[in-house]
Amino acid sequence: MPETPAGLRAGTGDVVLMVGTTKGAFLFRSDPDRGTWQTEGPHFPGEEVYAIALDQRAGRRRLWAAPGNAFFGTTVRASDDLGATWSGKEERSVKFPEESGLALSRIWQIRPGRDSEPDRLFLGVEPTCLFESTDAGDTWAPVESFLKHEHRPKWTPGNGGLCMHTILPDPESAERMVVAFSTGGVYRTDDGGASWRPRNQGVRAEFRPDKHPEFGQCVHKVVHHPSRPERLFLQNHWGLYRSDDWGDSWEDVANGVPSDFGFAMAMHPHDPETVYIVPLEGDYFRCTPEAKLRVYRTRNGGASWEPLSRGLPQEDAYETVLRDALDTDDRERAGVYFGTRSGKVYASADDGDSWSLVRDGLPPVVCVKAAVLA
Amino acid sequence: MSGVTVVLPSQLRELAEGRASVLLRGGPPTVGDALQALREDYPAVYDRVVTERREVRPHVNVFVGREDIRWSGGLRTPLTDGSEVVILPSVSGG
Repeated sequence: MPETPAGLRAGTGDVVLMVGTTKGAFLFRSDPDRGTWQTEGPHFPGEEVYAIALDQRAGRRRLWAAPGNAFFGTTVRASDDLGATWSGKEERSVKFPEESGLALSRIWQIRPGRDSEPDRLFLGVEPTCLFESTDAGDTWAPVESFLKHEHRPKWTPGNGGLCMHTILPDPESAERMVVAFSTGGVYRTDDGGASWRPRNQGVRAEFRPDKHPEFGQCVHKVVHHPSRPERLFLQNHWGLYRSDDWGDSWEDVANGVPSDFGFAMAMHPHDPETVYIVPLEGDYFRCTPEAKLRVYRTRNGGASWEPLSRGLPQEDAYETVLRDALDTDDRERAGVYFGTRSGKVYASADDGDSWSLVRDGLPPVVCVKAAVLA
Repeated sequence: MSGVTVVLPSQLRELAEGRASVLLRGGPPTVGDALQALREDYPAVYDRVVTERREVRPHVNVFVGREDIRWSGGLRTPLTDGSEVVILPSVSGG
């Protein structure tokens, strides 16, 4: 087995890149200029890490990861020293109740809650459910209304499993939250999680005879900007959409992209009009169109999209970027980062205008998260 | 020796104080009982072998002697004094 990593040596202002792969997690750090990167890992060698997060609320610097494997299951583990030590070797804290008849198979999303509730965190898991902690991650419980949702018997897994991959709390209201999962689509609560309604009007389900069901869409990712939280952008399994009303209605914004199929989507940290995606050719051939690795960016809320290719391979690049493998940091000139299933990690320090290869030869990358250390 | 021995795979030994095997006194009557007894001392091992549905995880194999319990009654597989319960990850993966 690889040596145990010593943990990342990084301080305030440094940029940290957290990369989950199918065989472990790798950590990167850079100075604020993001010109060179130090790396260490793998943490949890041999285990897949589909979800990572950094919680910097209430003076914390707590790294969360969800390692797991097909043999022994999955759990969440936390580190307060950037990976030098991890909690979580004890009995697992994330479990379905026995009477639910469900067994946890993967954790897809770790989401710190609102800044005003620094001890609240959420998990999106497979089979699809929302878990919540109100004690900073010491204990977890499924959100009862979601666990017992009347639609549950009709939710069906996509190729990746029946996974909840998106959790978007309203930063202004504790009553409202949007979640999304494959397949099922977008659901929203307006009453603090007491009830959840599907919000998929206008989002198509290409793989069904009825193309516009109330629910059952294969949504791949939804993002929004905290300064304009009601505006949602959605990368669908075929389809690129925007909603200006918290998902009550959706408008097609696939304007000028080579394909409206893809997985990954990320919001610019400062501009609520700017979103990044990585289109793929389609659901049968899930690779970058024309074998060119291009990130696409809109700076006008989806009215048009431009390819970003400087520094990225433009021939023989049969790449796939998965739903959580694209992220931004919140430096003034945003860093944009993504990882590929072929084990490459690319970074841009200029809003996506130009790119460089940070690391090659990793196991397949399934999630990338970036943060500036407070 | 009196009792039932549970043999752990290398991946789970750090969750059981580094032990390669655990001797359960008292001769639990079934594999399920043996795993429950193991749970009292090593709950982290138990939940890596058994799901919330009280089923052995699909990619974990449990043997009594050389017999896979899938074909001998699952967790209800009977044990006798001196039985050896062997836990191993399956050959799946990539």
